[in-house]
Amino acid sequence: MISLKMNRLDVKVEDGWTILEAAKFYGLEIPTLCYNEGLSPYGGCRLCLVEVGEGPRAKLVSSCTYPVEEGLVVRTDTRRVIEARKMMIELMLSLAPNSKVIQDLASKFGVKQVRFKIRNEECILCGLCVRMCSEQMDGRAIGFQNRGYKRKISTPFDIRSEECRLCGGCMYICPACQLRCQGPQADTAVCNACLNMDPTCLDHYDDLQCWMYDAGRCGTCIRESPEKSAEKEQTSK
Amino acid sequence: MKATKKIKTIKDLNQTIQSYIQKRKSEKRPVLTVSAGTCGQARGSLKVIASLKKAISKEKLEDKVKIKVTGCHGFCEAEPNIIIQPQDIFYQKVKPKDTSDIASQTIIKNEIIDRLLFSDPISKKTVLKEDDISFYKKQKRILLGDNALIDPTDINDYLSIGGYSSLTKVLSKMAPEEVIEVMKKSGLRGRGGAGFPTGYKWEFTRKAKDTSKYIICNADEGDPGAYMDRSLLEGNPHRVLEGMIIGAYAVGAEEGYIYVRDEYPLAVKHISLAISQAEKMGLLGKKILGTDFNFRIHISKGAGAFVCGEETALIASVEGRVGEPRQRPPFPAMKGLWKKPTNINNVETLANIPLIVEKGADWFSKIGTKGSKGTKIFSLVGKINNTGLVEVPMGITLKEIIFDIGGGIPGEKEFKAVQTGGPSGGCLPKEKLGLPIDYEGLTEAGSIMGSGGMIVLDENTCMVDVAIYFLNFLRDESCGKCLSCREGTQRMWEIVKDISEGKGKEEDIQLLKELAQTTKDASLCGLGQTAANPVLSTLRYFRDEYMAHVRDKTCPAGVCKELITYLIIPDKCTGCLACIKVCPQEAISGELKKVHVLDQEKCIKCGACFEVCQFDAIKIE
Ligand SMILES: Cc1cc2nc3c(=O)[nH]c(=O)nc-3n(C[C@H](O)[C@H](O)[C@H](O)COP(=O)(O)O)c2cc1C
Ligand code: SF4
Ligand code: SF4
Ligand code: FES
Repeated sequence: MISLKMNRLDVKVEDGWTILEAAKFYGLEIPTLCYNEGLSPYGGCRLCLVEVGEGPRAKLVSSCTYPVEEGLVVRTDTRRVIEARKMMIELMLSLAPNSKVIQDLASKFGVKQVRFKIRNEECILCGLCVRMCSEQMDGRAIGFQNRGYKRKISTPFDIRSEECRLCGGCMYICPACQLRCQGPQADTAVCNACLNMDPTCLDHYDDLQCWMYDAGRCGTCIRESPEKSAEKEQTSK
Repeated sequence: MKATKKIKTIKDLNQTIQSYIQKRKSEKRPVLTVSAGTCGQARGSLKVIASLKKAISKEKLEDKVKIKVTGCHGFCEAEPNIIIQPQDIFYQKVKPKDTSDIASQTIIKNEIIDRLLFSDPISKKTVLKEDDISFYKKQKRILLGDNALIDPTDINDYLSIGGYSSLTKVLSKMAPEEVIEVMKKSGLRGRGGAGFPTGYKWEFTRKAKDTSKYIICNADEGDPGAYMDRSLLEGNPHRVLEGMIIGAYAVGAEEGYIYVRDEYPLAVKHISLAISQAEKMGLLGKKILGTDFNFRIHISKGAGAFVCGEETALIASVEGRVGEPRQRPPFPAMKGLWKKPTNINNVETLANIPLIVEKGADWFSKIGTKGSKGTKIFSLVGKINNTGLVEVPMGITLKEIIFDIGGGIPGEKEFKAVQTGGPSGGCLPKEKLGLPIDYEGLTEAGSIMGSGGMIVLDENTCMVDVAIYFLNFLRDESCGKCLSCREGTQRMWEIVKDISEGKGKEEDIQLLKELAQTTKDASLCGLGQTAANPVLSTLRYFRDEYMAHVRDKTCPAGVCKELITYLIIPDKCTGCLACIKVCPQEAISGELKKVHVLDQEKCIKCGACFEVCQFDAIKIE
């Protein structure tokens, strides 16, 4: 067992746990996004930040990846944590303003404005879909490409992957593009925007982010954007 | 080189070393040393060597002189250079056509060729010897100095300056723990950037319980403009190997990797050669020198991503995975390469090891400041008279490096700032010139030691533009895993770019500060954690310049294109047509000897007219 301090509380947890697991066990709330219990921790969204250490050496770490250590002092609610977390949400919102998950986070943590240029990428590169595909579905259909600001998720060579079995797991788990993926299920879906209006993500990314390259057949609401239909009509003529 | 014989015992090696030391001492012929590192070669040293050989044979001097080809001596400004012993004459910027004069005049008649001597920018005098050049005077070249003495492709030449005697000392007289104690006492800290005490790092790996352990030499050197590690590997590869072998012995590793970027072909060649020579001599392999110590070294080539220099990304890359950093702890000393305890050290760190073993911890710890011992190599570039690699004792001031060693700013321009620490370092202004250089001092001032890049900026530099330059590098080189780093660098770049284009608002400065702080705080690895330095340091010391861009929509240094206009001053224009000829847009019109007119509509602000005008008739507003 490992003894540590969490929010001034002395706690004891199993060796090998992460700070996040310890916090959950003791009922301390830490927001997460790229973390999922069934998948390996990734540490990319930086939402689960906590402050460890004391004095000038105190630093922020992602609790979903940081292992508990003997005598560690952890705080989940310092000003530094709160401010960094808000900035993370603001950045996410600027990339995927239509995401219900991110909107909810924004409202919960009091992020009221986005001061960056909106990019409408409908993806925050949290890597959940990649891990879902490889770890749960045993597929290697999608992965990260490039680094830095050019980083994106795609299939090898950007064409339909033979590995993809059309399971739709990537869409299911995606926190950013669910408006598109929930589909017309009047009683269960959160917004059903697709039934009543045109979700904006469809305009920007008709089938671009459907890794199945099989828009429509999966039964979700994906359909072609008007531009694309027009284009197709043109070429068929 | 003769085929090397396998040496079987420590005693034999000591004897061999002694015999080569004697051989060097008894060398009575004049020695012509030509520097031919990557930098020298780029400036034509290979051609100089070829024509020097011809000139020597033309004068029938083949048996009377010795030509030695070495790595880089550090003084890039003067490459290619030839040093002639025993007189110690220093010829600089030698061209192939100069070599026949060197043979016929200097070697045969012992006459000095004045035109090849170096003219010192500070004293304005020509100097005869390398030691008298102000560039070298304040340096303390415990590492780089030997580059000028040895042929890096010959292990015996390294033996002849006492090389590998530290290894025999360690293997014959010291337990691994004792070696670690010496390193701790010496105060040596990692030269790769983070400055972690080497002795303590070794101890962690030593104490980690596992059957196999690794040692890695980090020669990724991803900072643009930095090349000290390259110059050590090219110019003195055996010293790095010796350091690595001693390190392996101390931490208990039987296998090692040198991670070097593929863009360093000469370094790869020299270190590969050094490894095979050391293997043949029995300094690497099984039962080294008859002891129970086994050690092998492999070379792993990186594709040159900046982030692959970060130790956990480097390990991933050696293992054949994508070079992305991971959470530490567990530190590599506990779980590194193939999940085994692994010690990672920088090239320069390792090059210090044999010296410390040889001369003692006290000798080393006498150099430097309280917290930072020894010397550090900086690559001094930018708006500076003497560019090159400088090795200085820790604690020397920025002013001494820039003005005494670097010879100040060319063209009577004012010094504005110095950027240290590589792309994620910071810019320090004039007021900080008195700062003694050490790890803590630089960090406190808002910059970092990094791996030792030093770029000097003059009055014609816009600090907003500088921030854009580094942010652009970082947003590209971030691995992209952390939202804070990937988007942080991208958004900071966007904001600063807007400011430089006159689209900035006052609130942007506040946003920039907040974002910079979060990028630093929330990111996983050192890249993200330091990525805000270019912004934070320029905001701290040059806030006025930002405000001028934001409030007055002007660029005081006259750099940011969107904020400047080029104007012809009618009184000064002589109507020489020069600017008309260079303007790519045909924006300037006029006749000979009549005042020219610049059409602002057509002007793309390339500045060509400004550069070409001899009469200062074009001004920037
Ligand atoms: C983004 C980044 C790039 C780095 N690049 C290098 C490098 O090129 N060479 C190097 O020796 N260390 C580099 N480091 C530091 C290494 O992670 C590591 O600390 C170092 O190699 C340890 O050796 P030392 O203790 O001898 O300094 C880098 C670190 C970061 C965060
Ligand atoms: S597509 Fe969705 S799940 Fe995949 S990385 Fe982007 S935001 Fe995450
Ligand atoms: S801080 Fe930047 S470079 Fe480092 S792991 Fe995160 S995204 Fe990658
Ligand atoms: S939940 Fe921990 S970094 Fe995303």
